[in-house]
Amino acid sequence: MTDTAISADNLSLTFQTNDGPVHALKDVSLDINKGDFVSFIGPSGCGKTTFLRCMADLEQPTGGSITVNGVSAREARKSRAYGYVFQHAGLYPWRTIGRNVRLPLEIMGYPKADQDARIKRVLELVDLAGFEKKFPWQLSGGMQQRASIARALAFDADILLMDEPFGALDEIVRDHLNEQLLRLWAKTQKTIAFVTHSIPEAVYLSTKIVVMSPRPGRISDVIENPLPAERPLDIRDTQAFLDVAHRVREGLRAGHSYD
Amino acid sequence: MSWLIVALIFWLAAWAANVAMVRSKWSETTLVRFVVPVIFGLTLVIAWEALVHAFNVSAAILPPPSAVADTFARSTGMLWEDFTQTVLKGALRGYFIGAAAAFVVAILIDRSPFLTRGLLPIGNFVAALPIVGVAPILVSWFGFDWQSKAAVVVVMVFFPVLVNTVQGLRETDAMMRDLMRTYAASYFKTLWKLRIPAAMPFIFNGLKVGATLALIGAIVAEYFGSPTRGMGFRISTGVGSLSIDLVWAEIVVAALAGTLFYGVVAWFEKKVTFWHPSQRG
Amino acid sequence: MTKTALSVLTVLAAIVVIWYLAVAPMNIRVALDQAERAGATIDPPSAVERREMSSWVLMAKNRDYISEGYALDRPRLPTPVQVGQELWKTTGAMVLNGRTWSKRSLIYHGWITLQSTFWGFLLGTTIGIVGAIAIVQSRVIEMSVMPWAIISQAIPIVALAPMIIVLSSQVGIEGRGFPKALISSYLCFFPVLVGMVKGLRSPSAEQLDLLKTYSASGVQRFMKLRVPASLPYLFTSLKIGIAAALVGAIVGELPTGAISGLGARILIGDQFGTPLAIWAALFAAAILAGVLVTLLDRTQQALLRRMGMRS
Repeated sequence: MTDTAISADNLSLTFQTNDGPVHALKDVSLDINKGDFVSFIGPSGCGKTTFLRCMADLEQPTGGSITVNGVSAREARKSRAYGYVFQHAGLYPWRTIGRNVRLPLEIMGYPKADQDARIKRVLELVDLAGFEKKFPWQLSGGMQQRASIARALAFDADILLMDEPFGALDEIVRDHLNEQLLRLWAKTQKTIAFVTHSIPEAVYLSTKIVVMSPRPGRISDVIENPLPAERPLDIRDTQAFLDVAHRVREGLRAGHSYD
Repeated sequence: MSWLIVALIFWLAAWAANVAMVRSKWSETTLVRFVVPVIFGLTLVIAWEALVHAFNVSAAILPPPSAVADTFARSTGMLWEDFTQTVLKGALRGYFIGAAAAFVVAILIDRSPFLTRGLLPIGNFVAALPIVGVAPILVSWFGFDWQSKAAVVVVMVFFPVLVNTVQGLRETDAMMRDLMRTYAASYFKTLWKLRIPAAMPFIFNGLKVGATLALIGAIVAEYFGSPTRGMGFRISTGVGSLSIDLVWAEIVVAALAGTLFYGVVAWFEKKVTFWHPSQRG
Repeated sequence: MTKTALSVLTVLAAIVVIWYLAVAPMNIRVALDQAERAGATIDPPSAVERREMSSWVLMAKNRDYISEGYALDRPRLPTPVQVGQELWKTTGAMVLNGRTWSKRSLIYHGWITLQSTFWGFLLGTTIGIVGAIAIVQSRVIEMSVMPWAIISQAIPIVALAPMIIVLSSQVGIEGRGFPKALISSYLCFFPVLVGMVKGLRSPSAEQLDLLKTYSASGVQRFMKLRVPASLPYLFTSLKIGIAAALVGAIVGELPTGAISGLGARILIGDQFGTPLAIWAALFAAAILAGVLVTLLDRTQQALLRRMGMRS
């Protein structure tokens, strides 16, 4: 076994539309190591979400190859190798928070007692203990998104794919969730692929920042984040943080042709 | 004349009371929501009573509500027998068979997008047709007893439930379906845990439409032949023999049965789809 | 679009095939009785014995007579072709013979039903729209009337239909046109009412606030915002309403001994034991419903396009 969790090799995806083909991804190659926290950042249309969906086998690439845990994306999905968090929480309104977290466990056939223990554990992990019996619509947007993260953590997947999970939340809630997510990552040692369009969020969270650019969707820069593992929120006011943010902004500008 | 004045005064008083209740701070309480329409209904009944007396309308044309109530109280045995025949045997059995058949067909056809696409416009069209017209055909096929009435109800209930179920199963949120894919959930797991619950508001729409159609079907079918009992039978013979008060008593039974039936379905809807925005309000 | 058309045609073809297959078991008894009267030897020979046996056994024992079931004068289940022929005989062929308005012509009966439908639709739509405006404007009216509007639909109109006809004739109204239109409007008003209430309430708080910043009057807010916003909803419910009005007109003809109209054809076909007439009238009603809904649909699209909306 290698240390590589996700590996893309010359990955391409072309959609056929009425206005001709659209290259959502073109010749994208990237390795994500186990335990990494990788952010994907770029303007809309750069293919960052498409890339994530390819890892999850929710889109079929039209060229190149992608492996997850050393096997194809499809096999990885079949073996339930990852948890996926969408931009909206997407909790089932007819299930309580507890039963929403239980959903993947039911589908994957975990024994009942184990289900209960896991629900309790992950809800504590995201600070939602005591909310099992509430229905999603009775919770705030931030709490719903935390519940959806708990749902993705409930089963044994060592990869977490997150598609702008905090994009619909206000900045104060987002700061709080960012901090929690970092702590969660440290505690669980998962590999996280995280799509965002916020530069501070990408710099604050990741060990590696992948800058992407559109038409065709491709990787324009990969930045190793030199910030220490221990990151309080006010690290964002340090010069080191601003330097990384500056590099990301430069990368975004270089990839964008403003035509 | 005095009747008219009494009715007018009652009407004004009732309307004033309703306005006061709606403007009060209790206007959103369950009690007011219940009392206001009841008072409105009462004014209609009293207006009917007053008009019949004021203009000396013959009981053979339009009996006053009091006479209808009197006949109702005297013929409860017969009304119950008719209710059993038409509602319990004809309408309810047909309703359950029709709804269940529609649900099963919707699930079966769901696996083929091709068939679903073809069935939906046809089902929508048939659901809008005057299907009651098949009543004489089905009565000649299944005989005079409740079986033919149930058959008419089956045909009438089938299409609205089918169309709504198929529609509901199609309208699952794309993200929720993706989520099930990330769990590598099987077709049946996705169907059972996501698509059927998500389709429930649609299914109940169909069931509610079906509930209003079921009684119509059962009663019309009796106009085309029935044993010597049943609400439709009693109404058609009652009109012929000018026992109009009995006809009205049957109409009251039909109205109560229809409202109760619809109410029960709506109650189940509230229990099952409590999570839907339209039910939370 | 073509994909949908192909699917629809396939499903229709499947229905026709199943229909054809069903004709054999449905008609075998009638076919055998008829053959017996014509002197053929049937197994078993007496109709009484045959009653005890299933259609499938009878078909297996008398294979030669299965085809007879497809050409009966009074079948339990006619074939699609028979229905089509009957439909042509009572419509197109009548026109060619110059007997369009004959009492046997379905065009004549369809016209009678269409008139009731039209008046019922007009009355029902008016009640629906006026009711919706009143409900949107007044909270008292909404709370008093709305529950009864819902209950009115749970009351089976067919129970009331004979009474409406008796009443209107006693009050001195001539003919069946008015009571039929009344029954038809009873079924028609509800979808229009519900659709209009939804439509009149569809403008967002922001849109309403914008007009308030112009200090527009209540009437202006109503005419310039609520009414145009409600039009797409109105047309959707009008399409349901016209179909319901047709159902109402036919229901109004069914239980009451009417002699003209499509519902009356069904009734008469039942009394005289001519199933083909019933089937032809049913299909004529279906065609009428299709034409009416399509007409409204076209009007809706043309009108909304002129208003710059998309349906």
